[in-house]
Amino acid sequence: MMRIQLLLLSLLLLVSKTSFAGEDEYQEVVVLDPYIELHTGAGRGYPIFYVVERGEKVLLLKRRTDWVKVRSPRGKEGWVSVEQMSRTLQPTGEMTQFDDGSFDEYQDHRWEVGFLAGDFGGANILSGYGAYSFTPHISAELWLSQILGNFSDGWMINANLTHTFFPKWRASPFFSLGTGVIDIRPKATLVDAEDRRDQVAIVGFGAKAYVTRRFVFRAEYKNYLVFTSRDENEDVNEWKLGFSVFF
Amino acid sequence: METWFLRILLTLTGTMLVASASVAQVNEDDQVIDPDVERREVKRADLDSENWELGLYLGLLSIEDFEVNPVVGLKGAYHISEDLFTELNIGYSKAGKTSFERLSGSPPLLSSSDRNYIYWNVNLGWNILPGEAFWGEDKVFNNALYIIGGLGSTYFTGDNNFTVNYGLGYRLLMNDSFALRIDFRDQMFDLSIAGEDKLTHNFEGTVGLTWFF
Repeated sequence: MMRIQLLLLSLLLLVSKTSFAGEDEYQEVVVLDPYIELHTGAGRGYPIFYVVERGEKVLLLKRRTDWVKVRSPRGKEGWVSVEQMSRTLQPTGEMTQFDDGSFDEYQDHRWEVGFLAGDFGGANILSGYGAYSFTPHISAELWLSQILGNFSDGWMINANLTHTFFPKWRASPFFSLGTGVIDIRPKATLVDAEDRRDQVAIVGFGAKAYVTRRFVFRAEYKNYLVFTSRDENEDVNEWKLGFSVFF
Repeated sequence: METWFLRILLTLTGTMLVASASVAQVNEDDQVIDPDVERREVKRADLDSENWELGLYLGLLSIEDFEVNPVVGLKGAYHISEDLFTELNIGYSKAGKTSFERLSGSPPLLSSSDRNYIYWNVNLGWNILPGEAFWGEDKVFNNALYIIGGLGSTYFTGDNNFTVNYGLGYRLLMNDSFALRIDFRDQMFDLSIAGEDKLTHNFEGTVGLTWFF
């Protein structure tokens, strides 16, 4: 019995603590614009139901895409665009800064995730990649691809080093070098063929273009040299199109 | 041929490494005097961004020639902007019997394991009609209709098949964190079960529950 009471008490404490902690955690900012507009939802089409005037303070509750949920001094909660929120002051007297996925941020982003599809020596290829940029020019990429052909399918994993020539341009060419492993399996309907796993060396070039917030278009060509166990090495050309998102 | 190729590859890799190393060297040399300037720190708002969505879905998948079967799956999405999102789905279903197998009484065309239908796809979605929905007088929910399409692969009849899918969906936000998703998709791929390739349309209707974080 005692134990249950204790458990209940600690649970209650925990609940009250987290709710208070939640209250404290929120950052407070002062409105600099003549007023900011509170929408009922995180989108430009949602109606404005309340405004907070210059000089008043709001609490920042959470963020979704380019909208910030705020709480007014009178307890009204609504969504304000990041654009308006960036003209608010922090308690330190500094302007509040928000990541907005703008072209400025694109130029010195660190992480990138993307998805591309195309043609790999006559077969379809679907690839996902993650990249980390050491400098605006040099980034390391890890790719995972699925190859889907008429007679065989397979997987490929590879690591690339990519050099972006003009990171300050909206669209920039890049060059990449890499290596990886390819695993090709003949289709179940075909007999008398064996699985093959080989190492590959990759040379490629392409272009990346910043399209809109956080969204980048990417097109590339790669040449794969497959080091087979047979007498001759294989040479495969690949074309791909896709998009990426950066953080 | 390959030694020539390898030589170029190695030279280029070497050049790139040396170039980046020399850049680092120059920066170090510049640091002879410690600059006595206080760095102005850019303070980003310490804010909980909830652009990721993760959830489960259940529904029915009509596998062409193989009956309508239950389907389950996992859904993950990243909201790029208020209009655009990207989504990954991984789903599983199991094909039933063809009418031919039922009527002729012949041995089954596919083994049980070949009837597994496992798919994944990556899509881009566009919220076309965001708005508010009302329940009675004082309950209001945000919602959106979206069109979505993408590419992926379907493992069926023991093979992987390149799959194109597109469809229409509806997202109802029950509160800031949870959403109800209703999706209708057409998954299209070539199947060569009878010796010749045939484009199959596999219609899927699902209901899902997702969590924003």
